[in-house]
Amino acid sequence: MTEDATLTVPILELDHAAKSYGAVRALREGTLALCAGEVRALVGENGAGKSTLVKLLAGVERLDAGVMRVDGEDVDFHSPAAARAAGIAVIYQEPTLFPDLSVAENIAMGRHPLRAGRRIDRGVMRRDAQALLDQLGVRLNASRPVRGLSIADQQIVEIAKALSFEARVLIMDEPTAALSGPEVERLFTVVRALQQRGAAVLFISHRLEEVFSICDTATVMRDGAVVHDARIADMTPDDMVRRMVGRDLGALFPKEDTTVGEPVLVAHRLTRENVFTDISFTLHSGEIVALAGLVGAGRSEVARAVFGIDRLDAGHVEVEGRRLPNGRPAAAMAAGIGLVPEDRRQQGLVMDLSITRNVTLTVLRRLSRLGLMRRGSERRVAAEWAERLQLRHHTLDGPVRFLSGGNQQKVVLAKWLARTPKVLMVDEPTRGIDVGTKAEVHRLLSRLAAEGLAVLMVSSELPEVLGMADRVLVMHEGRLTAELSRDEADEETVMRAATGQTHEAAA
Amino acid sequence: MSRNSLAPGADTAPAPDGGSGAGRGPLARLASAAGRWEFLILLLIIATCVAGQAISPQFLSRASFMTGSLDFTEVALMALPLTLIIITAEIDLSVASVLALSSALMAWLWMHDVPMVPTVLLCLVAGALCGLFNGLLVTKGGLPSLAVTIGTLALFRGLAYVVIGDQSVTDFPTAWTDWGFGMVGTSILPNTIAVFAVLAVIFAVLLHGSRFGRSIYAIGANQEAAYFSGIKVKRIKLILFVISGVVSALAGVIISLRNSTAAANVGQGFELTAIAAVVLGGVSIFGGRGTVGGVVLALFLLAAIQKALSLSESISTAWIQVVTGALLIGSVLGPNLVSRMNEARARARMRGDAQARPPTTSQEEAV
Repeated sequence: MTEDATLTVPILELDHAAKSYGAVRALREGTLALCAGEVRALVGENGAGKSTLVKLLAGVERLDAGVMRVDGEDVDFHSPAAARAAGIAVIYQEPTLFPDLSVAENIAMGRHPLRAGRRIDRGVMRRDAQALLDQLGVRLNASRPVRGLSIADQQIVEIAKALSFEARVLIMDEPTAALSGPEVERLFTVVRALQQRGAAVLFISHRLEEVFSICDTATVMRDGAVVHDARIADMTPDDMVRRMVGRDLGALFPKEDTTVGEPVLVAHRLTRENVFTDISFTLHSGEIVALAGLVGAGRSEVARAVFGIDRLDAGHVEVEGRRLPNGRPAAAMAAGIGLVPEDRRQQGLVMDLSITRNVTLTVLRRLSRLGLMRRGSERRVAAEWAERLQLRHHTLDGPVRFLSGGNQQKVVLAKWLARTPKVLMVDEPTRGIDVGTKAEVHRLLSRLAAEGLAVLMVSSELPEVLGMADRVLVMHEGRLTAELSRDEADEETVMRAATGQTHEAAA
Repeated sequence: MSRNSLAPGADTAPAPDGGSGAGRGPLARLASAAGRWEFLILLLIIATCVAGQAISPQFLSRASFMTGSLDFTEVALMALPLTLIIITAEIDLSVASVLALSSALMAWLWMHDVPMVPTVLLCLVAGALCGLFNGLLVTKGGLPSLAVTIGTLALFRGLAYVVIGDQSVTDFPTAWTDWGFGMVGTSILPNTIAVFAVLAVIFAVLLHGSRFGRSIYAIGANQEAAYFSGIKVKRIKLILFVISGVVSALAGVIISLRNSTAAANVGQGFELTAIAAVVLGGVSIFGGRGTVGGVVLALFLLAAIQKALSLSESISTAWIQVVTGALLIGSVLGPNLVSRMNEARARARMRGDAQARPPTTSQEEAV
């Protein structure tokens, strides 16, 4: 790790920070320093620990271990307000402003200038706000309401708000994700202006070309740890991608070799406006197809639309040659599709109901006669699947709320497997579950594919994608940018396609 | 309450036969039942009976049982579909207005020489249409049922007045009105309560034993997950509102026969008593939990309290409302405490379990 410019004390420093959520170690080793006038990139795959690190800096979460320092002094932020008081501001991807208040009121929120009698001095408030916006070199009227401003303009308002309480550290969490080209340019102008004023900026982005054009230094994270810290001038984009993904694959992913069978599901030019466009693919029985890409690329949305949760604006899905009606989950299920959704707690399970009730929720018809449930069959089905998936539970009558994340995911899988589907779509099947259960889930998927199931796996974890998939589809901003065979797919081809550098990935 | 049992699912797996207690001894099952909300209500009923007897020796008489239960028939009927609706986390405030509209329609049809059987059937159809209207606004319109049914609460009551104005009809055939306050055979069971009993059994089976009921609980506990499981959430809600309309209309017919009077102003405020009974019966107003059995017990409790207080000469009838209100607050507080206790116990048990059984190692775990 290079340590230059050590003459100045960093404004903000994180030293060997760690943070766990239950059994999941989201951040194992976070070391990072931000100096005045520095623009530092924070890069890494989804799930590498960037968000956790930001939450610590922003005072949203507290450190389990390690030290945080501001101007060389140890600090412990109990709340976001404490971080703000220390001069740290976070600009999120989606600004959180009051749409019905004016720009000036939003900037002054909580610290309105007052006149005699504790009345708000609107004149001063507006003048101060306008002065800040002008300093940033943007043309925005401080008196207009926030409603109707573009995301880019709202971010500028957030930055002005941060400056108004003299923030010295600005953390920008994927600020450019929703911006157009010229808007990005204007944001960069503002960032440079901040740099001139002596602020430190932590810039998080998946777009490497942006990182290379605006940042001075970079911190690369992987698997919850900072793995590289260098000046941008000393790195190449390829180098950076390699450091983001480089790790041993293999052993964790027991992919069984399968013979790919007949096509089961065909997606024809699926389009949902402003979400995804022109997505076509075919799933064959016996194969695992991964749908890779960055968060927000539209992968989960494709799976939801295939299942009928969301309606398609154009295109259609065929299962074994029969066209599915648009927007009808029950019809998709009848055709043999299952969906293990991304949000286990909200969409996958009814947390207050028992394991039995959850497992049998998808097979009520089969377990009833003349509309009446056969309790014995209900219990038998639940017990059978609990056994087959090695569910660790106390009683099948206890609410699933009390199970660990991994066991909850097994219940979700059980409820779909109980239908013996032909196509199973799994959205982030191992997110937030411990390593042991993760391997069990992988083995299970692999085994099911070997038995002839067609699996579509949405995953943000590259090792999972590369270790499990027979074929990898990559999405970038709502479009398919690559289809890679198991041999073609590696960290770099997938990451390139996922970040939109398609010309190189089209193998 | 008992210390040694309480299955964690006792308040969430609401099988009246205590599915969670299967395989354990009768004592354990009894103790498990004692931890349930329904048991508390039962105790309160007994307490009310003791107090009622102290207030007036007439309380435990045949006559008082008959009048007391008769007066509660309509509220009790409406509480049944309402139980199901509230378990799906929706509400129907228009039930008493549908009852009034049904009564008014019955009067109008009878005045226009329509025979009794088609009259009753048309009233039920009108109730179904009212329920359909509510249901469509909630499911297709995507509007909150609270707002929709506050609206139709006024709308349907208004329609009742449009139909017959301030008039009332009292000349229904005596064969029908006699049935309205008659008993089953020579027993002390009023005919109308027998109708309620039959419907209560049907609703209990529907909620606790049928596919439809399983879906109702899933929708109430997590509508999104239910939808993701292929449950036709909207259709089920629509059906429930229609059922609620039909049963409310039936209650309208029954109250008209029982009083030998059909008018637009009957049943004012009944919807609140019905909701009070449902909530007092342990149904969560946020949906997802509750039993028909609990609601039936709560109806008995409310009827007993009303009867006891009305028999007393020294206690003002205004106290009926005070007591009902206090019970309601207690009923919201009570299940909360019970379930919190159960949860703490279950959690402690799960924790002990996790320690006792270390995670199995990976090799032999092929599925």
